[in-house]
Amino acid sequence: MGSTQLPAPGLEGMQADRQIVGDEPSTEMVQLLGPDGKLGADPVFSDYAKRLEPEQLRGFYADMAKIRRFDQEATALQRQGELALWVPLTGQEAAQIGSGRATQPQDYIFPTYREHGVALTRNVDLAELLRQFRGITNGGWDPNENNFHLYTLVLAAQTLHAVGYAMGIQRDQKAAQDQGGSKDAGKAAVVAYFGDGASSEGDVHESMVFASSYKAPVVFFCQNNHYAISVPSSVQTRVPLANRAKGYGFPGIRVDGNDVIAVHAVTEWALEHAREGNGPVLIEAYTYRVGAHTTADDPTKYRLKEEETSWRDKDPLERLETYLRAEGLADDDFFAKVKADGDELASYIRRTTLELKAPEIRASFENVYAEAHPLVAEELAWFEEYSAGFEGDEEEEAN
Amino acid sequence: MPTMTIAKAINEGLRATLSKNPKSLLMGEDIGKLGGVYRVTDGLIKEFGEDRVVDTPLAESGIIGTAIGLALRGYKPVCEIQFDGFVFPGFNQITTQLAKMHARSHGQLNVPVVIRIPYGGGIGSVEHHSESPEALFAHTAGLRIVSPSNAHDAYWMIQQSVESKDPVIFFEPKRRYWLKGEVDTQEPGLAADLHKAHVLRQGTDATIVAYGPLVPVALAAANAAEEDGHSLEVIDLRSISPIDFDTVTESVKKTGRLIIAHEAPTFGGIGGEIAARISERAFLHLEAPVLRVGGFHMPYPVAKVEEDYLPDIDRILEALDRSLAY
Repeated sequence: MGSTQLPAPGLEGMQADRQIVGDEPSTEMVQLLGPDGKLGADPVFSDYAKRLEPEQLRGFYADMAKIRRFDQEATALQRQGELALWVPLTGQEAAQIGSGRATQPQDYIFPTYREHGVALTRNVDLAELLRQFRGITNGGWDPNENNFHLYTLVLAAQTLHAVGYAMGIQRDQKAAQDQGGSKDAGKAAVVAYFGDGASSEGDVHESMVFASSYKAPVVFFCQNNHYAISVPSSVQTRVPLANRAKGYGFPGIRVDGNDVIAVHAVTEWALEHAREGNGPVLIEAYTYRVGAHTTADDPTKYRLKEEETSWRDKDPLERLETYLRAEGLADDDFFAKVKADGDELASYIRRTTLELKAPEIRASFENVYAEAHPLVAEELAWFEEYSAGFEGDEEEEAN
Repeated sequence: MPTMTIAKAINEGLRATLSKNPKSLLMGEDIGKLGGVYRVTDGLIKEFGEDRVVDTPLAESGIIGTAIGLALRGYKPVCEIQFDGFVFPGFNQITTQLAKMHARSHGQLNVPVVIRIPYGGGIGSVEHHSESPEALFAHTAGLRIVSPSNAHDAYWMIQQSVESKDPVIFFEPKRRYWLKGEVDTQEPGLAADLHKAHVLRQGTDATIVAYGPLVPVALAAANAAEEDGHSLEVIDLRSISPIDFDTVTESVKKTGRLIIAHEAPTFGGIGGEIAARISERAFLHLEAPVLRVGGFHMPYPVAKVEEDYLPDIDRILEALDRSLAY
């Protein structure tokens, strides 16, 4: 056994960190597809963009349109009283679809609670996302089915889970290799999603310390959507969040979070970096929450309409549509089909949500512990006896 | 049958676990080369390597949070929190994440993390090194909480805690680390059930319930009471959540009197919970109100006065006098 692994002094991979120069905070960021829909160049990431097939580019658009339509339907369901709350993602589609589509099936994702777009890329049934917001579960899907963890509502707690999970991957890889597996056996990475608000939580700091110390295969994906409910990101940080990576000794990249091609490229690079055993990467996807924090929020109280409008001009869908049309990669039929698919999804979401039945309190006794527990059993027995005392009352009332 | 200290028994229990279960690993501050500030993990890094005996950064939330992630990946992490008063930076991870993961996933996820915490006073230490925070965790559903009082139990209970599918907080009575006892490393015997309370001494006049560091005090009090002609039954609770109320109830039905002793403050503590349950289960058998002997409602006092804070033989006997006189 050697000593604890530490990052090499040269900080391999830092060439991708050139957006951060010297000690001065830089606002430079990776952008390939500008708001005008024109594809630019980047010395590192253009190579990744070139790998994309037209089918993938159309897929990005279809995913983004789908999740935006889903978001609208969920918001409508909340307004109609069918959901207790909704957490809209509109504006962040490129950050989520671009990063999610860069993951591979063996990777594992730890979302916060707004990552509906990432869920889509992991093949989670989107109807399952709404269960929590209808108040019938605190989970909603089987995390092991698609390597997509449950939403975490205590901000940043999941960043540590992600690092621990990545430490487990490291050990599994070692075990596989010790058993004569190939060098690539068990290669996988973890993505930890969080936001500019959560970046101030101590758990983010601790997770970056742990990840760096153990060189854990984890990508920290921060969606800087400019607001933690009402507080602007300038209160969370005085430097671009990507700069913070330097302090931990791993690469940090700020990417245009509304540019799905750049987000995908940067995330692919970061995941490869992590899977190859080079340690963590921090990605700051610079984006904007166009809508409210949740359906209980009122953005007019803390920001100007002009600001929202300026970001709508940087819309992730519009710029990709412009590009696809200009390059002749998609036509009217394609966009009509995308719209029809979105409407179909919306109708599926509405139908399944309205069909969701409220669970019984008895189910809440079931999984407090994995093994038998006398207190839970005693309280359930009491509840059954207590409930039995009401039997017949309902009939009486009905009569 | 070997004789060893409680610290050594936990060390041997961990060694047995690491040998038996390739997915188990230890994590904590200074647990590697140093063997932990109390040397409980002494020598284990040499035997099992640094991937399985992990010296972590100095961050308790980080230790618990990454342990949760490792557990989600199928590992069985045993975390060491250096001192009781330092668990609080990890309190959020324990109560909002660890305790709830199984329930919120409808049983699809298990997080069998064990958290070892040396706890309690009596060692003349500085602030934050002598506390008994067990009630704060017992109030949280989803956690199991145990505390051994002797070497044999320590050896088996740590292994059983790792085998549990649920998260377990393992409170180690730090002032008893050097208490020696026989350990049957072949058979757990009475220690086969992690959550069963043990009647250590039969008696007829009153029941004393204690756990962890106060068990030897309760036994000594029972010996002293015997000289005065009072026969005390002493129960070592062993498990703080769940509590084996059946064993306590049975005893109280026999003796008619109950005194609960713990170092933690009495207000909102485990003793109050036991008193309430026993008053429900054995009200007509009680000859006197259930009494508690515990810490005062104050921050743990400075070392020079801690002897006046900690329940001792006289404090238990004083409660016994009140109970008998009622």
